[in-house]
Amino acid sequence: MNPLNRLRETWRPDQVFDLVQPTPTFDKSLDTKHGPILYVEDVSVSFDGFKALNNLNLYIDDGELRCIIGPNGAGKTTMMDVITGKTKPDSGSVYFGQRINLLKLSEHAIARGGIGRKFQKPTIFEALSVFENLELATASNKHVWYTLNHHLSGEQRDRIDEVLTQIGLTNHYQQEAGALSHGQKQWLEIGMLLVQNPRVLLVDEPVAGMTGEEVEHTAQLLTSLKGRHSVIVVEHDMAFVRSIANKVTVLHQGSVLAEGSMDQVQSDPRVVEVYLGE
Amino acid sequence: MLTQRLLLSDRGGMLVLGLVVLMAIIVPICNLAVPGDSPLHVSNFTVGLLGKFLCFALLALSVDLIWGYAGILSLGHGAFFTLGGYGMGMYLMRQIGDRGVYGHPELMDFMVVLNWQELPWYWQGFDMFWFAMLMVLLVPGLLALAFGWLAFRSRVTGVYFAIITQALTYALMLAFFRNEMGFGGNNGLNDFKEILGFDLAAQATRVGLFIASAIALVLGYLACRYIVTSRAGRVIVSIRDAESRTRFCGYQVESYKLWLFVFSAMLAAVAGALYVPQVGIINPGEFAPLNSIEMVVWVATGGRGTLFGAIVGAFSVNYAKTFFTTYSPETWLFILGGLFVLVTLLLPKGIVGLFDRFRRKGEK
Repeated sequence: MNPLNRLRETWRPDQVFDLVQPTPTFDKSLDTKHGPILYVEDVSVSFDGFKALNNLNLYIDDGELRCIIGPNGAGKTTMMDVITGKTKPDSGSVYFGQRINLLKLSEHAIARGGIGRKFQKPTIFEALSVFENLELATASNKHVWYTLNHHLSGEQRDRIDEVLTQIGLTNHYQQEAGALSHGQKQWLEIGMLLVQNPRVLLVDEPVAGMTGEEVEHTAQLLTSLKGRHSVIVVEHDMAFVRSIANKVTVLHQGSVLAEGSMDQVQSDPRVVEVYLGE
Repeated sequence: MLTQRLLLSDRGGMLVLGLVVLMAIIVPICNLAVPGDSPLHVSNFTVGLLGKFLCFALLALSVDLIWGYAGILSLGHGAFFTLGGYGMGMYLMRQIGDRGVYGHPELMDFMVVLNWQELPWYWQGFDMFWFAMLMVLLVPGLLALAFGWLAFRSRVTGVYFAIITQALTYALMLAFFRNEMGFGGNNGLNDFKEILGFDLAAQATRVGLFIASAIALVLGYLACRYIVTSRAGRVIVSIRDAESRTRFCGYQVESYKLWLFVFSAMLAAVAGALYVPQVGIINPGEFAPLNSIEMVVWVATGGRGTLFGAIVGAFSVNYAKTFFTTYSPETWLFILGGLFVLVTLLLPKGIVGLFDRFRRKGEK
């Protein structure tokens, strides 16, 4: 942006300066009265000239389950990186509720504030037990000095038990997490997000490498979260997407290509072209 | 509850700690009370040697805490050890008073040689023991805080962190070699007379320092145990195993690393402060990068990631060093190098891991 444009931008008549806005805080209840819980507007990210995201616009409603599909390099993972604070976009804005500007917050603050993220490859703490994994993730004060002398409250313990049942690992809670099967690791990671009581869950390829039965279980788990949490699932497996989604967004070359129900999207000629090749 | 957590839940640690306590009781008795011609007599030389090993064990503990648990390889812990040593050395120098070679009431001999007229500002206050001890903790602690803050904030990890810590200790070595720094240059600080009014040449004082080192080691061990068994300790292990997961669980990874690094640096400094009165000298050679690498070898040999393994490693490698440098000094460096290669290839969990393997075989 050249200086003249920057000056124009600054002195725009409808400009709202940061200093007159309330400071973003997660303590107050989230303002979602207009529907969406997550606003991603005009976001662009480029790496060495390659535009990973190109004016991406995405709105996620409170409590909805949204699936995001798209060919490789469509910007799915970059989008998650931007929302969770790992990558700062070149332009655009990302708001959580109506007040909280996520671009101004660091990764750990965003995670504490209620946006959980599951990675593509299951990442859990292999050296610790299943219970300890969940204990570490549990929503609580996470400052150094606090954790040095801290024990779980009864309430937190109940929440962990509840999540253990939800992810179906109650019988494995003492087991070392590294010894779990691939599917169980994925569920444990989802469980680690759930004990943080997030408002939004970003789930990257949850069923990659799972057996049919495990896929079914995962689908059940994710649909059961609908309503309590907003869930964004990025997935390649079309059958799986069809089984859980009521709304699907198709990304292509860093922007939204189509949005709607699975049937609508699949009959869209542009989507067919992108997926089946020109 | 706390004893269960710190001691009983860790059998190896209890055994090693028990041996340290036993040594701290038996060695002084066998040295002071048993007559010199008895076979049970422990020589003054051995007491000094074991006292040194105790300090090294405390130092190894500090390296293991940061490397074994947080996975941060610091090749510059010698810097904190030596700074702690210099803090104690400055106190001991101020105790000499006018008994120096030149008999100046306030200035050290090397300052008289440099023709300085008054005591530099940073030597003020070191005539008070409490102030010197405070500095022993604060100076390395603050250095680690500043250094760690810069490094961790920029997410410097792995080999890069190891290299810049090497550079840190090397830079300090070069700085302390300069006479104008006011720390005695090449010769460092030596010719100490007394500590807290006790004559350093007297055997009773040396035994006292030996016992103090043992106590410091036990307390240091318990403090480390307290950290690694707390929830913060589990966060630290998580950072080692899956850093970004920990970050996305809402932990500020950098501040955990930073405070652990600072604590570890202060522990190393205490070891240095106890080491200096026992060997009677501190000079910039202690900053040498090789020393810091040796510390890592102790920990790797003993067993990285188990606190008592660090103690075992410090004692065994240093015993071997004493043995070999006495009988064939030229070979020691080759042996040290070979040891590191062997441990890395064959004993990834060190001596402690070896015992574990035997035990498991026995159970089968």
